[in-house]
Amino acid sequence: MHATASLNLSADVLVIGGGLAGTWAAVAAARQGARVVLSEKGYCGTSGVTATAGPGHWWVPPEQRQAAIDKRLASAAGLADGRWMARTLDSTWHTLPSLDRLYGFPVDDHGIKQYRALRGPEYMRSMRRLASEHGVTLLDHSPALELLRDDAGALAGARGLQRQAGRGWEVRAPAVVMATGGCAFHSLLLGSRNNTGDGYLMGVEAGAELSGMEFSAYYCIAPAGSTMTRSMVYTFGRYFDASGRELDIPQGPAFNYALARALLEGPVSCRLDRIPAAIRERLRYVQPNLMLPFDRSGIDPFRDTFPVTLHGEGTIRGVGGLRLIDDHCQTLVPGLFAAGDAASRESVTGAISGGGAVNSSWALSSGQWAGQGAALHARRQPAVRPGQRLLGSATVGLLPLGDERHASTALVEAIHNEMHPYDKNLVRSGGQLQRSLAQLDNTWDRLQQQTHARDPAAVLRWRETAAMLATARWCYSSAVQRNESRGLHQRSDAPGQSAAFDVHLRSAGIDTPWVRHDAVKSSREVPA
Amino acid sequence: MIELIFTDRCSGCGECVAACPSDVLALGSEGHPVIARQAECQTCFMCELYCASDALYVHPDCEKPVSLDPDQVLGSGLLGQYRRDSGWDEWAADPRYDNQHWRMEEIFALARASKG
Repeated sequence: MHATASLNLSADVLVIGGGLAGTWAAVAAARQGARVVLSEKGYCGTSGVTATAGPGHWWVPPEQRQAAIDKRLASAAGLADGRWMARTLDSTWHTLPSLDRLYGFPVDDHGIKQYRALRGPEYMRSMRRLASEHGVTLLDHSPALELLRDDAGALAGARGLQRQAGRGWEVRAPAVVMATGGCAFHSLLLGSRNNTGDGYLMGVEAGAELSGMEFSAYYCIAPAGSTMTRSMVYTFGRYFDASGRELDIPQGPAFNYALARALLEGPVSCRLDRIPAAIRERLRYVQPNLMLPFDRSGIDPFRDTFPVTLHGEGTIRGVGGLRLIDDHCQTLVPGLFAAGDAASRESVTGAISGGGAVNSSWALSSGQWAGQGAALHARRQPAVRPGQRLLGSATVGLLPLGDERHASTALVEAIHNEMHPYDKNLVRSGGQLQRSLAQLDNTWDRLQQQTHARDPAAVLRWRETAAMLATARWCYSSAVQRNESRGLHQRSDAPGQSAAFDVHLRSAGIDTPWVRHDAVKSSREVPA
Repeated sequence: MIELIFTDRCSGCGECVAACPSDVLALGSEGHPVIARQAECQTCFMCELYCASDALYVHPDCEKPVSLDPDQVLGSGLLGQYRRDSGWDEWAADPRYDNQHWRMEEIFALARASKG
């Protein structure tokens, strides 16, 4: 399908994606003695949504855990599992202090070291160092394009593109951890541009299933025209319509819906004048990127009003992803593991968003479980032989070089038009979902008509477009099936939760997406 | 998006070319980075953190390029702002730029309380 890879490596474990989950997976696999290669589309340390954020974690002392789990289970609308929550809390509690040597945890005003929340750039810089110290081979600017199988059909690694070196890569490995993040459909969410659902597509092509893709309707506020989705200060915000009338935008789960309704009516402005003066001075040392858009546009957000918008998060602070079938985060494909936002987080979040905290804890926990599982799997498998013929599993959007008749940007715009508007995705209805699916199907047909890509960069763009489009179809196909409202999935034509939908919606299918209802088998048992 | 590269400040270390997660920059023939693919920029400001010479300037508009006066930006004091406020490199030992990220939780609590 494309030129022979010019960088050829073999490993026990290949980790695809160098964000929070991927780096933890690589470290955990290396600690089991595995030879690990990590491929990252961008740069391991700056790529992904952790690096640009400041993740808190689900950080709960042992004696408070049962209460935390009970609270979370009550809001998860029946789709979560207390046992997975307990594992995640325990893993977070043990893992963060282990970073002490590499991350300068600050002390509070009482001299107590604070582990719960880390700054993204420093966190990911530390994770890069930790992975390097463990002997992980880091391939930066090396997006994966497809998974590989051997003659017998067993998973055998992946191949991709080294976009700065201008050559292909191929890593032969019997175990692969998919840690490619969620998919925000090229919204302007901070740090999300590389998160195009590549792992969902690669996983499904190899035989994996997805779960919970209908829970993909989360949004985050930002100053209009900027990417700065740092929501903390907006809890203090006062909001105004175009005539200057103050709007009632309640905090909590209703915030996004109220703001979206107002934005559908017209421009909305915000003023942060309720932030106490002592805090204003400190904000830039709490979240150093928060003030950049204001300072550089000459806005005083504490005095002036400034227009705001909502950026879509898709499955990033949504829930859906690759379905996991065991405690090692293995997918339906033997040897293929998934972690972080590439995996479904229903077991810890249920039908609601895990927000930054639960999702970060999930990333560092599922990353380590997947890395360990992959290392154990590799130990039981024969190595992939160097001369063995391998088959790529890509079925769509991986195009040979040649005359590019259309640019992928028009298709990306078509995806954006269905996945971003608040009246299509945030507040859903069966009729609109069907209309959007029809548009996405048309776009799929246009993708299938494309025969060539102009250059290697365009190969990546077309493959990303295919992944976003496939992901969009799985999200809305699942959303059509869940004919009720639950958690993040709100249907104006089916308000309220229905016992008939106490199910997990599994999905897959490339040309024809399908959705299956699986009864919930969750346990409220929490190990002592 | 990334708008300006001040080559007279640039050391030519190439860190920004490596660190940009969107592969926007390339090393030019003079040994300094050039903005090769501006449309790919995701306006994440990470390149500024990795530029110890404060030679890069990202404008917060993520939708379209803007026209800027380099002299005005040089005089604005905004070059290196993000790296300094983050306490990176030479700022690490300066107590003015201590990491106060742990205050996030108390700020959230205060905000919720202020709404009654």
